[in-house]
This record gives sequence, structure tokens and C-alpha cells, in this order.
Amino acid sequence: MVKELLIILISSSLVNNVVLSQFLGLCPFLGVSKKTNTAAGMGVAVIFVITLASAVAGVIYKFVLEKLGITYLQTIVFILVIAALVQFVEMFLKKFMPSLYQALGVYLPLITTNCAVLGIALTNVQKKYGILTGIVNGFATAVGFTVSIIILAGIREKMEYNDIPESFKGMPIVLVTAGLMAIAFCGFSGLL
Amino acid sequence: MTNNSKSDSSMERLYNGLVKENPTFVLMLGMCPTLAVTTSAMNGLGMGLTTMVVLALSNMIISLLRNIVPDKVRIPAFIVVIASFVTMVELLLEGFIPALYDALGLYIPLIVVNCIILGRAESYASKNPVIPSLFDGIGMGLGFSFALTCIGAVRELIGAGEIFGFHIMPDAYVPCAIFIMAPGAFFVLAALTAIQNKIRMNGEKKGRDMSKIQSGCNEDCMNCADKGCSHRFYGASDGAGSKNETVKAGGKERE
Repeated sequence: MVKELLIILISSSLVNNVVLSQFLGLCPFLGVSKKTNTAAGMGVAVIFVITLASAVAGVIYKFVLEKLGITYLQTIVFILVIAALVQFVEMFLKKFMPSLYQALGVYLPLITTNCAVLGIALTNVQKKYGILTGIVNGFATAVGFTVSIIILAGIREKMEYNDIPESFKGMPIVLVTAGLMAIAFCGFSGLL
Repeated sequence: MTNNSKSDSSMERLYNGLVKENPTFVLMLGMCPTLAVTTSAMNGLGMGLTTMVVLALSNMIISLLRNIVPDKVRIPAFIVVIASFVTMVELLLEGFIPALYDALGLYIPLIVVNCIILGRAESYASKNPVIPSLFDGIGMGLGFSFALTCIGAVRELIGAGEIFGFHIMPDAYVPCAIFIMAPGAFFVLAALTAIQNKIRMNGEKKGRDMSKIQSGCNEDCMNCADKGCSHRFYGASDGAGSKNETVKAGGKERE
């Protein structure tokens, strides 16, 4: 059991990296990676939301959708649950943990339609993961996201001072960087 | 987005989606599926057409509901409509075109969070009559399909020497397999955005309005003035009427 979870942990965070090999959560990956500290904040918020969302989605799938035999409604149910959950988390943090809210609050609205969150909930179902395995998978995937967004932000900070061809400034050079990172992450496929 | 009769004619809507506001080549919207499923021209075309069906039908229904749905809950309502169509399309694909269903896999349900669809619902279908909204969806969908097919064809050509499965390159050509793997997607998109930047710079030199290029989702979310962005949709529940102006202003500010 532990070994199985460990394998999921490594494969979801490094080998099948959510951004660099599955292209989920690309918008925040490109949009919030200008500075390392905002990237880290976004990463932590994503870990928090995805772990929570995969837990809630797993419970709902097992105890509601499967019980009632309406698993074909999973996409609709998951997206609504995730949207409601993020809003609820935001309200909860605002009321009870103001310090945490100040650190993560700005990122939460950016996460709702992040396709990684829905993607993980659906992957957990597709791969027939149990609730615990699903949570571990969600956590690992989010860690993979955080690692890659922080690396990208670090590279972008350095790139500020480089002499980039005029038409490659902005998006193109970031995408080239992401491509090179994707090649580097391909190296992890030998791990398992 | 002026609502004069000219901009609402069906042909104009199709032209707008295919050329003037092409979601991929001009606006840079919906990047996740663009990168993920363009490993071959066929997959790109399949994904594009699937998205087009969902986009056209959801635009139509949302336009029908535009006077009934209260403003505060419109975004969840849109999402339910979109998700229902996505589920239907997913089941139909699974039943009738299983090969495509297997090739696209997880990315079919993820059409729900494709920002093109919610973006069109929000900025066009929720404000305009049914027929123009339908054609707006078809036009945008065709533009998206066209773009995905092109990107898929380029990647397939470089990565496997084929287009739509037919050998194009001479036998001496050694396929550069990285282009059909994940990194290749980033490189092709980097080249595409570089071309866009070049065109925009040339156009601005000649004094043309190039503000539409890359005005979709890009660059810097933290300093983005666009409160109406569909990526932060529920936070922006105030003032739907001013939405369009906000989007436009945001787009200009980012340029």
C-alpha cells in the first residue's frame, strides 16, 4: 500500500508532470510566474485547493454518484462542486484565518477554472483510485505544479536582464523556456 | 462589440470567428487543449469540431436563456449548460467514434473549462439574439478547428513526416520525434506567438489597431486589470452590464 502510494507520488509529481507533460493548468503557469514569491504563493494555493478538491470529489463520487448510479453526471457535478468549494474556502479563510487569507486570497479566484483541478478529479475516477489514493494523487500533482512554476519563475527573473530578440519578448521566450523544461522533465521518465 | 445590424449578420459572425477574432491565432485563448491534442492533424481536427459542437449549442441555449437567468447566478448557469452539452458529446463520441474518444481522452470533459466557451457565452451569447449567437459559436468553433488542424499538421509534419497519416516528406527525412512529444508543443506555440508579436509590431508601425492580438489570456495575471476575465469568474459578480467595457479596457491596458 505504502509502496503503491509512493509510486503515485513520484509519477504524478515528476514523471507525468501536470503542466509540462499534460498541459493542465497552463494559464496560471504562464500568467503567475513573473516573480518567484508570487509563483510560490500560487503553488501553495494550488496544493491546498487540489488536495481538498480531490478529497471532496472522491467522497462525492463514491457515496453519491455511484450509489445513485449517475456516474455519467460526473463532469457537471465536479465542476460545480469545485467552484462552490473554492468560494467556500475563500469565505472560510477570510473569516477564520485572516493571515492565511492574506497570503493565499488573491490566488484563489484564479484557481477555480484552472483545468488542473477538474482534470485531477476526473483522472482519479478514470484510473479507479480510492479516496486516499486520490488524495495522494491530487497532492502529488499539485506539488509537481508548484515545483515547475517556481522553477519557471526563477528562470524568468534571470531572463529580465537578457537581450532577447524583439519578437521573442514576452510569451514566446517563456514558452521556449517551458519547452526546455519539458525536455528536462522527460529525463524523469527513467525513474519508474 | 457594437450591436449594429452589420455585426450581427451570420456571415459576418463566421468571418469574425475564422479570421478577425480567431481564438487561437489572434486572441490566444484555450491554450491547454491547443497544446495537448495537436499531436497530429487528425486529433486537432477532431478536438476542434467537438469544441465547435459544444460551443454552438451552448451559445444557442445561453442566448435563449439570457433574459431568464438572474445576473448573479449567470456564470454557474452557463457552466451547467456547457457541462451538459460536453457530457452529451462525450457519450456520443464514446458510442460512435471510439477511436477519437480514446485519442482525446481526458481532454473531452475538460472542454468545460475551455475559456473560449465561457468567454463567448459571457461576452456574446448572453447579450445577443439566438441566430447570431449560434453562428458566432460556429464561426469561433471553425476558427478553433482550423487553428488546431494547422498546428497539428505542422507538428505531425516535422515530428513524423506525415500529414493526416499520409507520407509527405521524402524518405531521406529523419522525423524529429520531439515535435509530437510534449516539448514540441511548447516550441511550436513559441514560434506562433513570436510570429504574432512580429505582425503586431509591423502593424503598429503602420498605425493599425493591433490590440486584438494576444488579447486572450496571457502574461501577467497578478497585475491584470481585467476583472471580467473568465478565469476569475465568480469574483466578478458585480455589474454584468459593464463587463464588455471592462474586458475591452483590460485588453487595451495589457497591450
